[in-house]
Amino acid sequence: MAQGEKVIVCDKLTKRFGDFIATNEITFEVNKGEIFGFLGANGAGKTTAMRMLCGLSTPSSGKASIAGFDVYTQTEQIKRNIGYMSQKFSLYENLTVKENIEFFGGIYGLTDQQIETKTEELLNRLGLKSEAKKLVGSLPLGWKQKLSFSVAILHEPKIVFLDEPTGGVDPVTRRQFWDLIYEAAERGITIFVTTHYMDEAEYCNRISIMVDGRIEVLDSPTNLKRSFGVSSMDEVFYQLARSAKRGD
Amino acid sequence: MEAVVVQNMTKTYGKEKTLAVDNISFSVAKGELFGLIGPDGAGKTSIFRILTTLLLADSGTASVDGFDVVKDFKSIRNTVGYMPVKFSLYQDLTIEENLSFFATVFGTTIEANYDLIKDIYVQIEPFKKRRAGKLSGGMKQKLALCCALIHKPTTLFLDEPTTGVDPVSRKEFWEMLRRLKEQNITIIVSTPYMDEASLCDRIALMQGGKILSIDTPDDIVKAYREKLYAIKANEMYPLLKVLENYPGTLNSYAFGEYAHATFKDQMKNMEEFERFLAEKQLTGVEIKSIEATIEDSFIKLLH
Amino acid sequence: MKQFISFVRKEFYHVLRDRRTLLILFGMPIAQILLFGFALTNEVKDSEILVVDYAKDNASQQILTHIGASRYFKISKAALTQKEIMSTFQAGKIKAVVVIPVNFNEDLLHSNKAQIQLIADATDINTANMIINYLSAIILEYQNQINENLEIPYQIIPETRFLYNPQLKGAPGFVPGVMALVLMLVSVMMTAISIVREKETGTMEILLVSPFKPVLVIFAKAFPYLILSLINVTAILLLSVFVLDLPVKGSVPLLFAESTLFIITCLALGIFISIKTDSQQFAMLISLMGMLLPTMMFSGFLFPIENMPLPLQIISNMVPSKWYYIIVKSIMIKGLGFSSLWKETLILLGMTLFLLAISLKNFKIRLQ
Ligand SMILES: Nc1ncnc2c1ncn2[C@@H]1O[C@H](COP(=O)(O)OP(=O)(O)OP(=O)(O)O)[C@@H](O)[C@H]1O
Ligand SMILES: [Mg+2]
Repeated sequence: MAQGEKVIVCDKLTKRFGDFIATNEITFEVNKGEIFGFLGANGAGKTTAMRMLCGLSTPSSGKASIAGFDVYTQTEQIKRNIGYMSQKFSLYENLTVKENIEFFGGIYGLTDQQIETKTEELLNRLGLKSEAKKLVGSLPLGWKQKLSFSVAILHEPKIVFLDEPTGGVDPVTRRQFWDLIYEAAERGITIFVTTHYMDEAEYCNRISIMVDGRIEVLDSPTNLKRSFGVSSMDEVFYQLARSAKRGD
Repeated sequence: MEAVVVQNMTKTYGKEKTLAVDNISFSVAKGELFGLIGPDGAGKTSIFRILTTLLLADSGTASVDGFDVVKDFKSIRNTVGYMPVKFSLYQDLTIEENLSFFATVFGTTIEANYDLIKDIYVQIEPFKKRRAGKLSGGMKQKLALCCALIHKPTTLFLDEPTTGVDPVSRKEFWEMLRRLKEQNITIIVSTPYMDEASLCDRIALMQGGKILSIDTPDDIVKAYREKLYAIKANEMYPLLKVLENYPGTLNSYAFGEYAHATFKDQMKNMEEFERFLAEKQLTGVEIKSIEATIEDSFIKLLH
Repeated sequence: MKQFISFVRKEFYHVLRDRRTLLILFGMPIAQILLFGFALTNEVKDSEILVVDYAKDNASQQILTHIGASRYFKISKAALTQKEIMSTFQAGKIKAVVVIPVNFNEDLLHSNKAQIQLIADATDINTANMIINYLSAIILEYQNQINENLEIPYQIIPETRFLYNPQLKGAPGFVPGVMALVLMLVSVMMTAISIVREKETGTMEILLVSPFKPVLVIFAKAFPYLILSLINVTAILLLSVFVLDLPVKGSVPLLFAESTLFIITCLALGIFISIKTDSQQFAMLISLMGMLLPTMMFSGFLFPIENMPLPLQIISNMVPSKWYYIIVKSIMIKGLGFSSLWKETLILLGMTLFLLAISLKNFKIRLQ
């Protein structure tokens, strides 16, 4: 891992909706090539935080820079350097697999030549060759998610943000999905991922756990388990979430 | 008494007759907590829709609480509860409005059945004036659950109810299901979480419209014959690659902080394998033999 | 019943919270009425009118002062024969002529009845119609004024003649047209979209698997749009009476009753579309192309039906808004009663029942 280079720097980043504070002064850094797990209970503020980091929503206060660009003023540059997979499915259901790839390739300014080779590569890698002409809407969820991810990193972004990419996906496909994540990380793409599967938390280099809009802990899974004196991430999460105020 | 009986049910879609449910039979006892487990496209949602009278099967029969799903669909609609997969509520209504709307549609009130939904509802109650469209993904799911439960159904159909719900709330949710079960409510649930599968009384593992195996979680795990190993190293991804490339490996995959693997010949030659790992510059290697879980059984069945 | 009410309440939440749609729903008719009204009143404004006063008595003088006080007309006077009147029209400057016959006052005093002749140049039908409407209104106002303290009322009968286009083909009256359009839009499109939306979000599934009768779901969803449409009708009528000075000549309750019937026709259409479609866009397209366009084309509102080729005329008979348009026009402008409209009403009623019947027949209690 290329130590030292920080691709996400976040300082007291806050988002308010009216007088409700969804994300409360979160501060953390993510290194290049890292797989960073962003955990937290429902409504803890993960999606809200992620949207700010992607330049999709303006923070209420605080600072953050993504790949060296400021989230307030340089959202255009940020968008060129990141990939984003939202909690909702983000491909076009009524376009075919191939058309989706071509479309998003075009959006990110890839040349026709590049798109063609990329499409070829991608279809081979995902084993979707025979499905290339099928409508994306007709694919099983797990395949869609793998495709979404591949499309999100089509333009080789510096960072890719994944909001619950494996929600509802079966165990086998989930593992194939993580293979894709590992491969991308190997190539130096930083992965920023949220999940509610605790076994997936173990696959991350470091994880943070949010409670009521704040980041309560941040460390490697091993260190977290050690400092909580428990044997699984499940228990770490359980202990932390028990302390949550929101919703009690 | 059997609450749900399905016999030789088949369902195809469209002109191409894509097979979604392939000659399936099973039955669920009154008060049983029954799980349908399988990858996407296994046919779970189709079964749910046929049992809730929303779809007609091509062939075969099915009954819920003794009512035929075709002839007596009205009676079934009066008694069952259903939470469709990816069910979105009315985004422009508040939590409270959504819930009370569904309560009145089912001819009841929030107050009357409050204790049924209490455990889940208290978590979103502080936001009851917030519109559903502004809730986080998991909060929406919790609200949807409350809406499905509010009329105290005799049989409850839950199609992936906990997708997107955080681990703590999932635990609470399953405790709630247990309590409903005590009130003799029959529950059929599908889930992508294997830890939840082990909480069911019985499960059906499905793939491609067929039931691969149907049994109690314990017996399904017992049917796992191969010797399973958990292997750990400081470098997870390289370890997975190494396992994949080891000629003796039958199947290997990540499993939390460990990798799980089965080997040809039940791994008689452990030393050779350890040597192989050592050559690959892996550090902190740890190997142990373990009991399989439902997830291992499932992965094996699909492999 | 409680379920139904709770359902309707929810529908109102949907409607009221969707600010933009609401704005379109109520802004559009108002804008249309004002636009049409403004454009047309502009034409009418400063219209040159010729007065031929054969009576030259007290009453005729007073009527002329009233007309002269109106901001719409520029009056010139002349004593002309019928023939000369015709030739002034041909010159094209004069838009209308008011002829007050000899013995006007005397007729009024003795037989309590007198006539005034209003002749308009109907080359421009809309303008002609507006002018005649205004003139009639002014005369009516004068009549009411002198009748104030009388037991046996005087009656001034305006005898109207349209030159060049005596049967007034290519009917006037944009208000009935706008009404038909707006009701179509609100009732057909909005109902269709709102039902299809429940299909898209998956809430329809839940509602189907509930004790609530599926058919009631549909009716409950349509109901708020009936109310909204009636509010729209009221708004349009108020605007046309108070802002555009276009009075409703016939019975207002009858007008509302006929409008309700037409709204139900539209709702039935909307329901039918929603049953047959699965996406909001498609529902919208069908409503626009299939319903709104025919309303514009075939109701007689923009294009006179009589001038169309026969096949199109036949098609026009199948467009509900044509019948509604005729009914509204007759009530508002001609002041006709139900006795002269029962045929049109019956046709509309038949269409409504037909649409409801095929909707119910096609309604699916299951997903596929
Ligand atoms: N537009 C909004 N207006 C008001 N409140 C909002 C808005 N968007 C989000 N919230 C609130 O902010 C909080 C955090 O929401 P967020 O979506 O970030 O949660 P999350 O951590 O992603 O949860 P989940 O795991 O369920 O997806 C929630 O209480 C949510 O209701
Ligand atoms: Mg989220």
